[in-house]
Order: sequence, then structure tokens, then C-alpha cells
Amino acid sequence: MVARLLPGGRDPIRPAPAVPVTITVDGEPVTGVTGQSLAGVILGSGTLGFRRTSMGNAPRGVFCGIGVCFDCLVEVNGQRDVRACQRRASAGDAVLTQHDELPGEASE
Amino acid sequence: MTQTVIIIGAGIIGAACARSLAGAGFDVTVIDRGTVAGGTSSACEGNLLVSDKGAGHELVLAQYTAELWKRAAVDLPEQLGEAFPDVEYDPKGGLVVATTPAGAEPLLAFAAGQRAAGVDARVIGPAEARVLEPDLAPWIEAAVHYPEDAQVQPTIATDALMASARLFGARVLENTPVLGPLLDASGALVGVVTPAGPLRAAAVLVAAGPWSAEVASRLGVHLPVRPRRGEVLVTSRMRHRIFHKVYDADYVGAVGSDDSALQTSSVVESTGAGTVLIGSSRQQVGFDGRLRVDALHEIAAKAMRLFPFLADAVIMRSYGGFRPYMPDHLPVIGADPRLPGLWHATGHEGAGIGLSLATAELIRDLMLGVPTAIDSAPFALSRASLAPHLMEVA
Repeated sequence: MVARLLPGGRDPIRPAPAVPVTITVDGEPVTGVTGQSLAGVILGSGTLGFRRTSMGNAPRGVFCGIGVCFDCLVEVNGQRDVRACQRRASAGDAVLTQHDELPGEASE
Repeated sequence: MTQTVIIIGAGIIGAACARSLAGAGFDVTVIDRGTVAGGTSSACEGNLLVSDKGAGHELVLAQYTAELWKRAAVDLPEQLGEAFPDVEYDPKGGLVVATTPAGAEPLLAFAAGQRAAGVDARVIGPAEARVLEPDLAPWIEAAVHYPEDAQVQPTIATDALMASARLFGARVLENTPVLGPLLDASGALVGVVTPAGPLRAAAVLVAAGPWSAEVASRLGVHLPVRPRRGEVLVTSRMRHRIFHKVYDADYVGAVGSDDSALQTSSVVESTGAGTVLIGSSRQQVGFDGRLRVDALHEIAAKAMRLFPFLADAVIMRSYGGFRPYMPDHLPVIGADPRLPGLWHATGHEGAGIGLSLATAELIRDLMLGVPTAIDSAPFALSRASLAPHLMEVA
């Protein structure tokens, strides 16, 4: 087993040819490979930060990549707080990036 | 003359004492067998509460410390600069609710006693409570709003106080356990023995939280501080839907209890990051840090009584910590009359983050020999309520 990409003919797993899958991220089409997670597709497009924190408006993206840290939350087809690293990309998925404003002065 | 002080414990009590003492010109060395904020101070919720304290000595201390935190929230960033993380001081206020008719009357009586002691405790109706917290459950029988309740991020606050202490000249020695006492010919404590050698000081202050009994025993005295475990659940991030510290009136009973069996009550609040912290439990299980599923189960069930929407929340993790429990529910702040040179600042149970600053000012003024801002006698080791517990093991 090697960590680098093998030429298709020499890969003992004999993967099927890569089939593109296209989703939208904030309305923009982004194309990845079927089987990738939403996080994989987004990362593959060159975007690292796709959520903004409430407190510092700082960028967040894939931190752990294995579903533990909940940093990569996105809205998918209307459902909030989906871990992008745990959801396989389906053609046409509408992904919206998330940012929640801090509540203002707590109502008295 | 510069007086030297060794502080044992680099949690928030040790850090606050180091800052107050070093700021007053003492030569301070903090030692800890682990690291800064490595114990209870990083395993809690950062409560600065007056709401859970009935009229009495601890409330006086809490009211004193509330003023000190307001000032520290301004002074710390000024002293430490922009690059230092924010301590997240948030005077968000507390909302205590009774979810049963039986719970309503004790809550209102408790609040009346607090008002007489100067606490801003506003009885509000269920409709008003839902203005403050729109997602609150419909079965609220009574509610009291405490605008003076606040919180900090406890780990950052501890780090910030210690960084401030260092700027005032304090030294911090991590990974340095206390092995034993240094005694002079008269039997007075003049320092401690560590693996790196002896450290001499005019005063030794034990601020080791739930581990204070062990530290004290290594120095030759019995101190009846015991660990009491508390668990907290953490949800994944969500839209901010909880705006105050919201808790069930049962919490006051659980904190004040002497029972060693599992006790839980709801304490729910959201953090700036969007996670929701759900507490709390109290259980005397020694220093057994294993996951307590029964406690987490009860905490989760009770939280949904306050905020039914939490039924759909995703739990991201849980954490627990040991609170330094005193049998008479008051911290020990001051000199130990049994061993000259020995001082204590410990036993704050679940209130140490808040009470740290007032504790530190008391210790500073007592060591300086100047009048204290509030009466320190109720926190003295020699108080009557502690006497039977000091005899227990001796």
C-alpha cells in the first residue's frame, strides 16, 4: 500500500473510473468525484474555510475530518449543522455556508 | 522588607492570589504538580453567580467578587494586550425557574432572602420569562431574574490571571509537586521540599482545590476538603437560542447538599461559539474520573424539561471535574493557626472561578496585616462550623 496515487491499471483495488458529481456551495457549482464527502468536494475546489465563527468571524473548515470536532458544519438542502466531512456528496446538493451572529445585548 | 510567598496550585485560586500578592509587592512563586489550569479550573463552567447563594457569608464574598470581576474584565486586557485571548467576561444574567408548583414557593422565599441581602433578584411571571428566553418550556411555574450573574471562560481566565501575576513579577514552576515541609527549629513552616530541592518562603499558601487535603497532609496538617465530581454535557454548535444562565431551582438544593449520592439539576447556557453547556451533577466518588452515564442521562433529561428543543440537539462531548467540597459549605481563606507559616485558600466547591478574585484580595490584605474589605472571620479555619471536621482525623 502506498500513500500516493497509483496509475489506474496498477491499482490492485481496480477502482471504477472517477465519475464527476456537482453540488452547489452558496449557489456556485462545485464539481468533485462521486464518493467524496461534501468536505472533500469543497476542499478539492480549493476552499479551506467555509464557516465563520460567531465570536471572531474567523474562518473554519475541516479540522479533524472524522466527525469529532463539528468545525465543518454546513447547511445541506435546508438542513443546518451537517458535518460536511460525514455527508457523502450527492448530485445537486445545495450547500450553504453557515455563520451565526452573536446575540446582541441579552434582552433585559 | 519583601515577604516571600509560595503558592501551591496553579488553578484560578492560585493564579488570582499570585496576581494580588505580586501586585502588592510580595515575592511570589507558584508551584503546581501539573500545569496552569490543569485541574478543576479547566473542567468547569466559569460561573460568576450570586443567584445560587442564599443570604450569608458566601453571598457576601460573591457580591465582593462580582465587583472585582467587573474591574478585572477591563484591567486584564489593558495589562495583557490585544494578543492575549479574551477572558469572555459576559454579564449575561441568570434566570432561575421552578418547573413544578412545589418548587415555586421555596424559590420565591429564597429570592426574598437574597433581596434582603442586597441581591438584584427580580421575580417575574412565566410570560416575562419567555421574553427573556423564548424557547423556555411552557410549564414554568415561577421565575427569578438575576441580572448580576455573569460568566468567564475559566481556562482563559486562569491563564490571564497568571500572565498578569507574571507581569507583576511572580514565578511559576510547573510539574513541581510538593514532597514535604521545610520546618525551622521552632516547628514553623518556612518552605516546601520539591524534587528540584527546597524552596524557602515566609508563607506557604495551599490553593490546590480538591487536592488540598493531600497537599496539606504532606505539610503535616489535616484539611477536610473532599473531591465532589460534576459532569457537563456539550452540544454541537447551533444558532444561539439560550441567552442567560438558566437553571432549575433544584440546583441550589443540590449545591448546598451534603448527600454523597448522585444529585443532578439543570443548568443550561450557551457559549459564544454556539455550543450549549448542560449541567450539572454532584457526586462524591473520590477521584474516580470515569464516565458517569447515569449522571449524563439525568442531566440530559432534566435539561429538556427547561428547553424542550434540546431533544434534537447533538451532543458533541462531555466533561467532568472535581469540585473542592467543604463539609460546612464555606471556603477556607486565611492562616492556619496550627502551623505558623501555613495559609489556605481552598474549598470553594463549584464557585471557585467566581470567588477567586475576592479570595485573593482577602489573602493579600490578611498577609499585609491591613483591614479586609469584608469580614474574613467566617472563612477562617478556626470557625465553629469546621471544628468537628478538623478533629475527625487528627
